[in-house]
Amino acid sequence: MTPMIQASGVVKRFGATTALDGLELVADQGQVLAVLGPNGAGKTTLVRLIATLTRPDAGTLRVFGHDVARQPLAVQASIGLAGQFAAVEATMTGRENLEMVARLFGQDRATARATSTGVLAQLGLVEVADRLVRTYSGGMRRKLDLGASLVGTPRLLLLDEPTTGLDPASRLELWDAIRRLVGQGTSVLLTTQYLEEADRLADQIVIIDRGRAIAHGTPAELKQRTGHNVIEVRLRDRGALAQVAQALTQVGSGPAQLDEATRRVTVVVAGGTNQLTRVLPALERRAIALEEVALRQPRLDEVFLALTGHPPPQPEAPADDPVGPAGAPVG
Amino acid sequence: MASVAVVAPRRASLTASTAVIAGRNLRKFWRTPQLVWTTTVQGVLFLVIFRYLFGGAIGAGPLGYVGFVVPGIVTTMLIWQGMGAALNITEDRAQGLFDRLRSLPIPRSAVLAGRAVADTATQSWGLLVMTAASFAVGFRLQGGIGAALLALALVLVFSFAFEWVFIAAGLFAGNAQAAQGLAFVLVPFTFVSSAYVPVSSMPDGLRAVAAHQPVTSMIEAVRALTGGPAAEALLGHPASYYVARSLAWSAALVLVFASIAVARYRRG
Repeated sequence: MTPMIQASGVVKRFGATTALDGLELVADQGQVLAVLGPNGAGKTTLVRLIATLTRPDAGTLRVFGHDVARQPLAVQASIGLAGQFAAVEATMTGRENLEMVARLFGQDRATARATSTGVLAQLGLVEVADRLVRTYSGGMRRKLDLGASLVGTPRLLLLDEPTTGLDPASRLELWDAIRRLVGQGTSVLLTTQYLEEADRLADQIVIIDRGRAIAHGTPAELKQRTGHNVIEVRLRDRGALAQVAQALTQVGSGPAQLDEATRRVTVVVAGGTNQLTRVLPALERRAIALEEVALRQPRLDEVFLALTGHPPPQPEAPADDPVGPAGAPVG
Repeated sequence: MASVAVVAPRRASLTASTAVIAGRNLRKFWRTPQLVWTTTVQGVLFLVIFRYLFGGAIGAGPLGYVGFVVPGIVTTMLIWQGMGAALNITEDRAQGLFDRLRSLPIPRSAVLAGRAVADTATQSWGLLVMTAASFAVGFRLQGGIGAALLALALVLVFSFAFEWVFIAAGLFAGNAQAAQGLAFVLVPFTFVSSAYVPVSSMPDGLRAVAAHQPVTSMIEAVRALTGGPAAEALLGHPASYYVARSLAWSAALVLVFASIAVARYRRG
């Protein structure tokens, strides 16, 4: 079967910034592929290339076998795009928005109306269909934006940070909507900064760093490689930080990380509670005053650190990857 | 590389997609009361102010100042209203509309054409209001009704032509403020024309610019068509001369700026 995405040596530069630096990626159709990475890693650039919004400077990128640079029309006919900024018109109703996009897909008036009605029902927007979008909540707008990407019945749905900035309830709702679509056979490529999102939705995850794919596999495979958990210790006294780091490094799958400002030490561990039970007596022997001890899932930056050996770059927000909202897990 | 059997991609034609996009822009206009109000009131305000502010002071000539200045004000106001295009373009881009439209299987120029068509349609609303106001402040036709209708149609052609200048400005500007600034550079340029005072009254340098720039030839065409024989005598050529000149200017503006705009838009 033709792969959904086939990228070979894809390079994209914006002035002095290299957004994609020889990206290699092959992904089968009929699955959800999550593209994970910090701000500025090249996720949005990849989506923009697949959506034919911009062209690669070097290398080839094929979508269902169609070259994005040479057969953009064939690519456009097989994709649907929903962005991180809901591209819906606030002064039109939900229905009008969808009908507009349907008409642009070449559907006649009656077909466009029928398609839109179907999509509105599918996303649970029937009740608000004839209200102006400016009266919609953020979650409703995002759903409508998703709807606009569906009216062309795409084979591949591109979702660029679909839930960034949404409240938890809306996020869960949108995840459900995405899962239902996948159930109907649509392939999905989504970018996200949230490990949890990739975990919940994706069959495959590809981690992008500095314009290259550095890891690719199922969520389970990646976790195995990065360790299952993180031990996090917060101290009362800054002076003991180095000692604690030393103790944690002994149980970790990589070096422990120190944060002077918050008096925290963290380490990625391969096991779960067994590592915690090993480390606590060691700390007690040293008579170190602990404020807080936690065992939790690794965050993206920690997965990142474990995979790459360096912390994710600080978000300098090059032109293509806008800075996530305050409180995003990476940044 | 083996690919799936070649599917003829569905594609909306340039006309069809332009119409759909223009429809969206028009809806947005009519549902934004501030825009409707500005377009309605702005032209009338300028008309009334210029007519009564300068009407007593500036020498009348054979057309009378009202007969002279109204074609100038109406034409330049319609061109100014096109400035909104620069702003609209930056807004559409910031809103993500461009990305959505670019990802669809439609001709890319449809996005810009839809903007130009919609803006010209809203400007025809502004023109209608200004025409009514012109008669209210004492403007009278000296030529035939057919010539007057041709004059109205020409004004729309001119604003459509300048629309492409503003669309290009909007595409090159990084944000709304820059777009407005860029568009505003054109305002003084419209003053250096025969809009408000006869070119013959200007010092040499200004006169050379004013006499040969597109806005002047557009205004003279409207003047010759609405002012009848008196205007043709004053201007020195028959109306057809100015109509042809102004249409040539319009075609040149569209050709140059639409090409620049489409090329810029395609580049992404």
